[in-house]
Amino acid sequence: MSADKKTVLNAVHREMGARMVPFGGWDMPVHYGSQIEEHHAVRQDAGMFDVCHMTVVDLRGERVRAFLSHLLANDVARLKTPGKALYSCMLRPDGGVIDDLIVYFMDEDWFRMVVNAGTTEKDIAWLREQAPAFEVSVEPRFDLGMIAVQGPNARDKALPLMAPALREAAAALKPFNAATDGHWFVGRTGYTGEDGFEIMLPEDETEALWRELAAAGVRPCGLGARDTLRLEAGMNLYSQDMDEGVTPLAAGLAWTVSLEGGRDFIGREALERQRAAGGIPRFIGVVLDGRGVLRAHQKLFDGGREVGEITSGGFSPTLQRAIGMARVAADAGADLQVEIRGRKLPLIQVKMPFVRHGEALIEL
Amino acid sequence: MSDIPSELKYTKTHEWVRDEGDGVVTVGITDHAQELLGDLVFVELPEVGAEINAGDECAVVESVKAASDVYCPLSGEVVAVNEVLTDAPETINSDAYEAGWMFRLKLVDEGEIDSLLDADAYAEHCESEEH
Repeated sequence: MSADKKTVLNAVHREMGARMVPFGGWDMPVHYGSQIEEHHAVRQDAGMFDVCHMTVVDLRGERVRAFLSHLLANDVARLKTPGKALYSCMLRPDGGVIDDLIVYFMDEDWFRMVVNAGTTEKDIAWLREQAPAFEVSVEPRFDLGMIAVQGPNARDKALPLMAPALREAAAALKPFNAATDGHWFVGRTGYTGEDGFEIMLPEDETEALWRELAAAGVRPCGLGARDTLRLEAGMNLYSQDMDEGVTPLAAGLAWTVSLEGGRDFIGREALERQRAAGGIPRFIGVVLDGRGVLRAHQKLFDGGREVGEITSGGFSPTLQRAIGMARVAADAGADLQVEIRGRKLPLIQVKMPFVRHGEALIEL
Repeated sequence: MSDIPSELKYTKTHEWVRDEGDGVVTVGITDHAQELLGDLVFVELPEVGAEINAGDECAVVESVKAASDVYCPLSGEVVAVNEVLTDAPETINSDAYEAGWMFRLKLVDEGEIDSLLDADAYAEHCESEEH
C-alpha cells in the first residue's frame, strides 16, 4: 500500500529516530528504537502517540442527537452532560461494522466524532448519505492535529502545557469526558488501558505541543506499542477484530449495542435476527500456554475440529506471554489449541482485559 | 547504518556466517535483520544433530512485529545451539554477532563458504533492498 500521506509530525518523528512504516495509506512511526520500552513507558509513566491520521468529524444541527440515535448502535441518550463521550459501532443495515468510533456530546447542536484513519473516506460518505434527512452538517476537521498522551503520569505532564482556562477544565475531567477552549479540545480518553488525554488542536500548533511533551518527559511511542497496549487492554482494532462482514455481537462488542426501548437504528433488525437465530460466534481472550507468539489468522482447534481463528495476537510485554483475541464457534469447548507452524499448542481462555492501569488482571 | 563486520560472510536473507576453522561455522542473523524485526520475543532453534541443506528453513525468530524464518546458509550438521536465546531472545537485538549467535554447523563442504557474500556485497544488497 502506498504511504503518501504524512501527518504534520512526520519530520519530527524522523528527527526523533522513528522507524516509519506504511499504515492505512499513511507514513507512520512504528517505534523509535524499542517497542517494548515504549510499551512499558505508557504502563509505568507516560507516552505519547501521533494520532493525527485519525479523523475528527464535527456534526452540527438542531437534530444531531436524533441523527446519531438513528446512526449508532450505542445510544446517545446516554450522553446527558456536555463533554461526555460514548464508544459505538456504526453499522450497515445488515449489521456489519462500518467503523467503531467515539462520539462526544458538546451541546445539543454539536457532537464531535473521531473515526479511524483507514475508514475515513467511507465513513464520511456514509455520514453524508444519512445526514440530510436530519439536516445535520458533516464537517471533517482535517485542520486539526491530535496527540494521545497516555500513562499514569500523562495527565500531570500534559496539564501544565495547556492554557490556564483549559488546564483547569481538563484537570477536573472525569474519565470519558472532554473539555474544550478555543481551538483546543481535550478528552480523558485513550486506547491503552491507562489514564490520559487525547488532545485535538490546530495543526500548526501540534508540533510545538509534541516537543513540549517530549521535554516534559513524555516518551514518543509508535504504532507497535499502541497495538500491544490496546491488545492487553482488550480493545478491538477495526479491520482485524471486526469489519463489515462481522456484527458487534460476534466481536465482543454486545456491550456497546443498546437494544433497549425499541430505538430504531441502522442494523437493529439484523442484530435482532442474529440473536434470535442463535449460534453467534464467541469472541474470547486467549493466552498461549507455553512459548511462541500468537498472530492474527492462526487457526484454532477443539480437538480435531477447526473452530475459529485468532483475530489479534501478539506478545504481551506486561505479562511476558503471548496473548490474543479470537473468534470461535458458539459450541467450541474449553480446551482449545492454536496451530502455529504446523504444530497444535494449548491455549488458556481468559476474561479480557488482560491488563488495566498497569496491573495484570489475569492469573497464570 | 547497521553494523556489518568485515570478517564475516553473509546471505541475501540476512544471516551471517563466521568460519571457526575445522569445517565448523557459527550462524546468526545480522544487525540489519534485527533492526528490521524490532524487539525479539521468541526464537526457535534447530535440534543438535539435525542435518540441514543450504537454503532450508532451520530456525524462526519472532519479534513484536512478525515471525521470520531463518534460512540455513550452508549444508551441514547442527553441532551446537545458543540456549541463552530461549530465555533471552533480546540478546540478538543487543549483540547480533557475538552473544546473539544462533547455531553452529559442521559443514558438508567447506568450499561452500566462498559462495557467500562478503561484507561489501552484503552492504550493497541491504542498500538495494531499501529502495
